[in-house]
Amino acid sequence: MATLVLPPDWPGGFWAHWGVFVVIIFVFLMAMVVGFIWFERRAMAIMQARLGPNRTGPFGLLQPVADALKVLLKEDIIPAKGDKLVHWLAPVVAFIPLLMLFAVVPFQGGAILADLNIGILYIVAVSSVTTVGIFMAGWASNNKYSLLGAMRQVASVVSYEIPVVLSIIGVVLLTGSLSMQQIVMAQDIPFILLQPLGFLLFFIGALAEINRAPFDLMEADSEIVAGFHTEYSGMKFALFYLVEYGEALAISAIVTTLFLSGWRGPVLPPWLWFLVKVVIVFFVIVWVRTTVPRVRIDQLMALAWKFLFPLALLNLLITAVEILVWPTVSLWLLVLVNIAIMVILVLLWSRLFKLGWGRVEV
Amino acid sequence: MKFERYGIGIAKGLSVTIRHLLRRPVTTQYPERRLVTSRRIRGNELVWSREKCTGCGSCAKACHIGAIEITTSINPVANKYEVETYQVDTGYCIQCGLCVEVCPFEALYMGYAYERAQYRRNDLVQNKETMMETPDREVSGYFYPERAAKLSRQTLLLDRDKVKK
Repeated sequence: MATLVLPPDWPGGFWAHWGVFVVIIFVFLMAMVVGFIWFERRAMAIMQARLGPNRTGPFGLLQPVADALKVLLKEDIIPAKGDKLVHWLAPVVAFIPLLMLFAVVPFQGGAILADLNIGILYIVAVSSVTTVGIFMAGWASNNKYSLLGAMRQVASVVSYEIPVVLSIIGVVLLTGSLSMQQIVMAQDIPFILLQPLGFLLFFIGALAEINRAPFDLMEADSEIVAGFHTEYSGMKFALFYLVEYGEALAISAIVTTLFLSGWRGPVLPPWLWFLVKVVIVFFVIVWVRTTVPRVRIDQLMALAWKFLFPLALLNLLITAVEILVWPTVSLWLLVLVNIAIMVILVLLWSRLFKLGWGRVEV
Repeated sequence: MKFERYGIGIAKGLSVTIRHLLRRPVTTQYPERRLVTSRRIRGNELVWSREKCTGCGSCAKACHIGAIEITTSINPVANKYEVETYQVDTGYCIQCGLCVEVCPFEALYMGYAYERAQYRRNDLVQNKETMMETPDREVSGYFYPERAAKLSRQTLLLDRDKVKK
């Protein structure tokens, strides 16, 4: 078991702890979102044999700053027949839960705003509230494209929440605790090895929940202009943009904590390990975005209900049985068994997977 | 058995995109870095030779835009036409190259330069003085293969990175 580096009320006193970590979380969110916007544009450009932004500042590092400045100076437009109050509230409702998510993300041992004993449950509960903000945006805009995008978002979150939560339960079973800190400290072997199938399901589901490609059909620009934020401009659009990348950051941090043993690692300081893992996970998200084309809405639903959901149930059952009956031999054997189970189940379910009316091909 | 249905397709795609990380970008950052253009580029100016021109006016007749204006006067001493004014409004020119092809005395060429944007329309009009061949105003190899042979080869994107510049 790893030990906590910092005392739970570092740097001393309840309010000092609270104040310091609110500042840390806010700065972390803003800095990482700005960094991620630059990183995604550059990495995607290089993978597409382009250069990406390289004019503003060294290596184009100031591009997100320039974008932010531009967006701040734009006119703030509310549609004439839109619901003004809801239109104004929607970005706030979408952004606040995102900020609240980071309260339970451990940056290193003890470096956490609130080590809730229901940490991961809190994340699942709070992260869903963002969807309400997005649906409010779609409704208040009085625009068919906005509403369509928002409806797709709600449909996908309702569907994908289930496999995501079921695959989290596998991790919780292994740990025996819902606290994010306990989950990290239980990972002598990273859970990506002990729960490979759970990781796969969680990652796919998380991509769908945060509207990343290939599941970005709620803001599919070739079909419905920009989805729920079609009618947004200026600062409110900037908030939605922030939410989009902030969610990607949150998912990277959660995947790091749940499956990649959080801040733990040799040589480097723990907070640096955490950052490195977050960036790696985000890189994989960008990598998937450059590779896979957007799915249709029926494919999205079929994937959730006919592929992820049964596999998540099976994964939960298998994990529970393993925990009950696994003899006291090395856990590395369990790693091999679990990887074999993952391969077999994914192959089997790919064979059984059908779209509507029993179609195999698209 | 089609393995594409078992996630292999996605894995293949991922491997393709990751390999592109190591590839050189195809973008050429234009003002800092220029590629050598085609030797037969039609440019966007005309180059005229005062010595070879006889003032026959074929170019003006061939120009269906009417961008070429030529007036001549008779020089009875030398028994030939003198070109009084010769000017081309390159703002109208569509780079069809008919004036160059029709010239019986090889006095008119397409230019090699392509950076002739101006702030005023009047600046686009070339007259006798600004049509002469100078080191700045090179002649393109359009319609004249022997001139083309003297120009440097076009850089293709394939071997762009071998060129030192």
